[in-house]
Amino acid sequence: MRRIPGKHSKIPGIIRIMVMAKTLSANLKKTALYERHLKASAKMVPFAGYAMPVSYPSGIIQEHQHTRKHAGLFDVSHMGQIRIEGENCAELLETLMPSDLIGLSLQQLRYSLLLNERGGILDDLIIMRTDPQAFVLIVNAACKHRDLEHLESRLGAQLRISMIPGKTLLALQGPESASVMQGLGQQTSDMGFMKIRDMNLADIPCHVSRSGYTGEDGFEISVEDEFANQLADTILHDERVIWAGLGARDSLRMEAGLNLYGQEMSESLNPLDAGAFWAISKSRRPSGERPGGFLGADPVFDALSRTQGKRLVGLVPEGRVPVRSGAKISDHEGNPIGHVTSGGYSPSLSHPICLAIIDNRHSASGHNIYATVRNRRVLMTVTTLPFVKHRYYRVPENLQK
Amino acid sequence: MKTRYTKEHEWITQHDGDIFTIGITDYAQDQLGDIVYVQLPETDSEIKKGEELSVIESVKAAGDIKSPISGIVLEVNQELDGEPELINESAEDSGWLCKIKSIDQFS
Repeated sequence: MRRIPGKHSKIPGIIRIMVMAKTLSANLKKTALYERHLKASAKMVPFAGYAMPVSYPSGIIQEHQHTRKHAGLFDVSHMGQIRIEGENCAELLETLMPSDLIGLSLQQLRYSLLLNERGGILDDLIIMRTDPQAFVLIVNAACKHRDLEHLESRLGAQLRISMIPGKTLLALQGPESASVMQGLGQQTSDMGFMKIRDMNLADIPCHVSRSGYTGEDGFEISVEDEFANQLADTILHDERVIWAGLGARDSLRMEAGLNLYGQEMSESLNPLDAGAFWAISKSRRPSGERPGGFLGADPVFDALSRTQGKRLVGLVPEGRVPVRSGAKISDHEGNPIGHVTSGGYSPSLSHPICLAIIDNRHSASGHNIYATVRNRRVLMTVTTLPFVKHRYYRVPENLQK
Repeated sequence: MKTRYTKEHEWITQHDGDIFTIGITDYAQDQLGDIVYVQLPETDSEIKKGEELSVIESVKAAGDIKSPISGIVLEVNQELDGEPELINESAEDSGWLCKIKSIDQFS
C-alpha cells in the first residue's frame, strides 16, 4: 500500500493504513491548530515530523471540489519561516538564489529556489522583503532545518539568520476567498496575485499574501500561534469555507501542475529538469543584466546549452487506473525514459493524472508513452500543464495605481 | 448465510455450500477514503489463498486485497468498474468485490 504524503512505502494490505494511523507517535510536533483538527474529526498523519490532517470526514474529493468551487482552509503551519537580515541582504542572498532580489519590492512575493553547487535543487520557496535589509523565506517543512544550515554556513558571518518561531500559516484557497476576506472586513480587489499586505482580520493582526498552491485565487495568512484558533474559527464561521487537508492540497496542486519538493524536485535535478527554469529571474539568466552569480549557475547554464535532457510533463493515463509516483515510464519499444513523480486521481477531471520527469525527446504534447503498473503497461498521453487552468487574481485596470 | 471477518478487514459470506462472496469492511473503506479505482480478478481464474485478489485505490492510497480462500472466481462486481465509490457507499453489501467457488474451504 502506498499513501500520500510520503512515498514508495510498499506495504501490502489495507490494514497497514490503520496501523500507520494508530502509531502516530507522540513525539510528532503539533501545530497550534492540532486540537481543532481533532475536533473536526480529521485523519491525522505524520508529515515532515508533524501530525497533520490528511482529510476531514467530508473526504478528499469533496474538499478538493469545494475548494475549486468555493473556498477551502488549509493548515500549513508545518512550513518553515526563516528571517534573514543585515547589510547588503539582497546582494548576499542573490549568491544563493537565482532570483532578482535586489529588485524585489516590499509588497511583492517571489517564488525562488535554493541550489547546490551542482545546480541541484535544495528547496523551493517563497521569498518576501519585509524591510529594505530583511527578507523572510517560506520553505518546505521537510527541508527547513537543512535550509537554515545551508544559509548559515554560506552567509551566517554576514547576516542574521533565524527560524521564526510561534507562527501559524493558514491558506484560504478558492474563488470565493476574496469575498470571505471581505466578510472579515478586508477589501482586497486592489491586491494582485503575489502581493503582500499587513492587515487585521477579525481584529487579529496578520501578514497576508495573495498566493497559494492550488491554482485558484487565494490568500496565505501568517498569524501568531496564540490567535490561530480564533482566526480559524472566524474564517470557518463563513459557511462558504470548509477545512481541507493535505490530501486535497496534493490533488489540487497536481491539477495545477505545481511541483512538490521531494517529488518533482530534488538535489539531483536541476531547475531545467524539473520544469522550474521559470523561477530563474530574467536578469539572472545568461542574457540578463546580472547573469549567473548564484551557487549552481554554471551547471544550470551548461544544461541550458545542451539539447538533450529531462523535462517535466503532464501525463494522462488511458482508462481509470491511477498511476502513482515511482511508476516507470518507457517508450513504445520498452526503453526506459523516466518515471512518474506524482500521480493520482483528478477530482476536477474525473480521471487519473500524473506529473512525470522524462527524456525531452518524448515530451511533446500528444506523444504516447507507457507506464508500468503492477507489471501491466498503461498507455499514457503527454499533456500540456496545468491540467486545470490557473485562476489567479489580476487587479482590474481601473483599480491599478 | 454466514459472514466472517478477516484480520485484514475483509468480509467473507458463505452462500450455498462452497460459494463465497468477498468484500472489504465498512471500517476499511472509511480508512481508505474516496475510492476511485478497483482492479478485479478475471472471471474463471483460479486464485490461491493469500494471493492478490484485488487492488482498491483511493485518492490517497492503494490497498492490496489478498484472497482469504483458494478457489475459482465465479463472478466479479462489474458495477465497480464505473462506480468504484459503491464501496464507500455500501462496502458490506452492493460494494462486494467477487464471488469465489472454494476449492479448499478455510484451509
